[in-house]
Amino acid sequence: MGIMDKFKDLGTAYDDVKSAGRDPFSVRFDEILSPTEGVIDGKKTILLGTNNYLGLTFDKRSVEQAVSVLRESGTGTTGSRIANGSYGWHQRLENDLAEFFGRRHAMMFTTGYQANLGIIATLAGRDDHLVIDADSHACIYDACKLTSAQVTRFKHNDPVDLGKRLSRLKSQGGNIIVVTEGIFSMLGDKAPLREIAAVTKKFGAYLVVDEAHSMGVLGVNGRGLAEEQGVEDQVDFILGTFSKSLGAIGGFCVSNIDDFDLLRVACRPYMFTASLPASVVASVVTSLEKVQKGQFLREKLMGNAKRLYDGLQSAGFHVGPDVSPVVAVQLPSPEMAVAYWNALLDEGLYVNLALPPATPMGQALLRSSVSAVHTHQQIDKAISLITKVSRDFGAIIPERITSVG
Amino acid sequence: MTGTDIEAVIIKELRKFANDTTEVSPDTNIVRDLNLPSLDVMELVMSLEDDLDISIPLDRIADIETVQELAELVRTLSTKADV
Repeated sequence: MGIMDKFKDLGTAYDDVKSAGRDPFSVRFDEILSPTEGVIDGKKTILLGTNNYLGLTFDKRSVEQAVSVLRESGTGTTGSRIANGSYGWHQRLENDLAEFFGRRHAMMFTTGYQANLGIIATLAGRDDHLVIDADSHACIYDACKLTSAQVTRFKHNDPVDLGKRLSRLKSQGGNIIVVTEGIFSMLGDKAPLREIAAVTKKFGAYLVVDEAHSMGVLGVNGRGLAEEQGVEDQVDFILGTFSKSLGAIGGFCVSNIDDFDLLRVACRPYMFTASLPASVVASVVTSLEKVQKGQFLREKLMGNAKRLYDGLQSAGFHVGPDVSPVVAVQLPSPEMAVAYWNALLDEGLYVNLALPPATPMGQALLRSSVSAVHTHQQIDKAISLITKVSRDFGAIIPERITSVG
Repeated sequence: MTGTDIEAVIIKELRKFANDTTEVSPDTNIVRDLNLPSLDVMELVMSLEDDLDISIPLDRIADIETVQELAELVRTLSTKADV
């Protein structure tokens, strides 16, 4: 058996997806014109699937700051902070993040994936228990593979089910760490964090929340779902990313826990990877200021999210349970989702194609992510294009579509 | 609960995931014979936890192949929970 034979089924499935038109997993943008527009195959295309929630990727001050620091500090750090040391910008951003979240400690990672992988896997030791939401992102599942702790799942967004599972673990000793997310990346639904925090604390467990899609988006000050639901004091560790509302790349963890800095010499995904270039970090420092003062942007974002969500729902599509900047149209089959996705790209609309097993309950999704800087015209055009494509396929039978999921 | 009782619970749950015509016995290889994707295996574990009121850590599932082996693991975990 050849080394690649194990991927045969995967290869067949991938070929099937590609045979319907383009390869959705390697789309090439000829040009990015703005946070909401790009050029694909020579065609001007609305970007509605880039998680650019506040539209800060082209923020003039962040770009200028990054360029200036790029000239000062060079293109990369060429190694990890443990081996090669930190730049002033690394420490500056960690201080700013701690202050932004009102916490004593912050630690940054080279990607959001590594932040989740590293912190969750390191916190949970051999005799501990990791209890994760069943619909957790792949990086949380990968942390479960890396950890030496015992892993249990609870039913998605179900605090009662969480309580049941915690009660089974309470007599087994070891620390219990509950992990959930602010906004779930596929359907855009939010965790019932107040209830989850209450159950977690009732059992004396620690609570970790990944605010990747909710930082900058939720809460008056943009601190995420924990701020919005008034439970920041019950969340022991907040994880997040710089690659969504902050418009760059990187990840972080903030906490008030004592001895937090020991994680810097215990957490392998932090220790054994190169640190972020100072230019990227400097752009995040500037973008974080924008996020902090971003109430107006957040109001625009939620207005756009509601416009898209309501528009698609009233056109007969089945969307997720909560209005949020992630709006996913649920389609009856992967084949139909692939066909829609290709047709939309032909029409000049880029969304994400999300297929099982990456989706909850095996759903086939067209996933959109809205930005504060989308115009109403762009949102309306997106709704009309999705509706048009649906009519072209003869599939806009609301009863049929709403029966899915 | 005896080993046979536990096997019966597992087989009942497995039938929800497997094709109706597929025979499920204590010797059935859960992944190979039933072609069960890893997500379904995790769902199966969740259902068994509720049926039997125990906690089954996912890392303990990795080495399990047959229904009988899963029943043995469940029995060990139940005994541990009763202590």
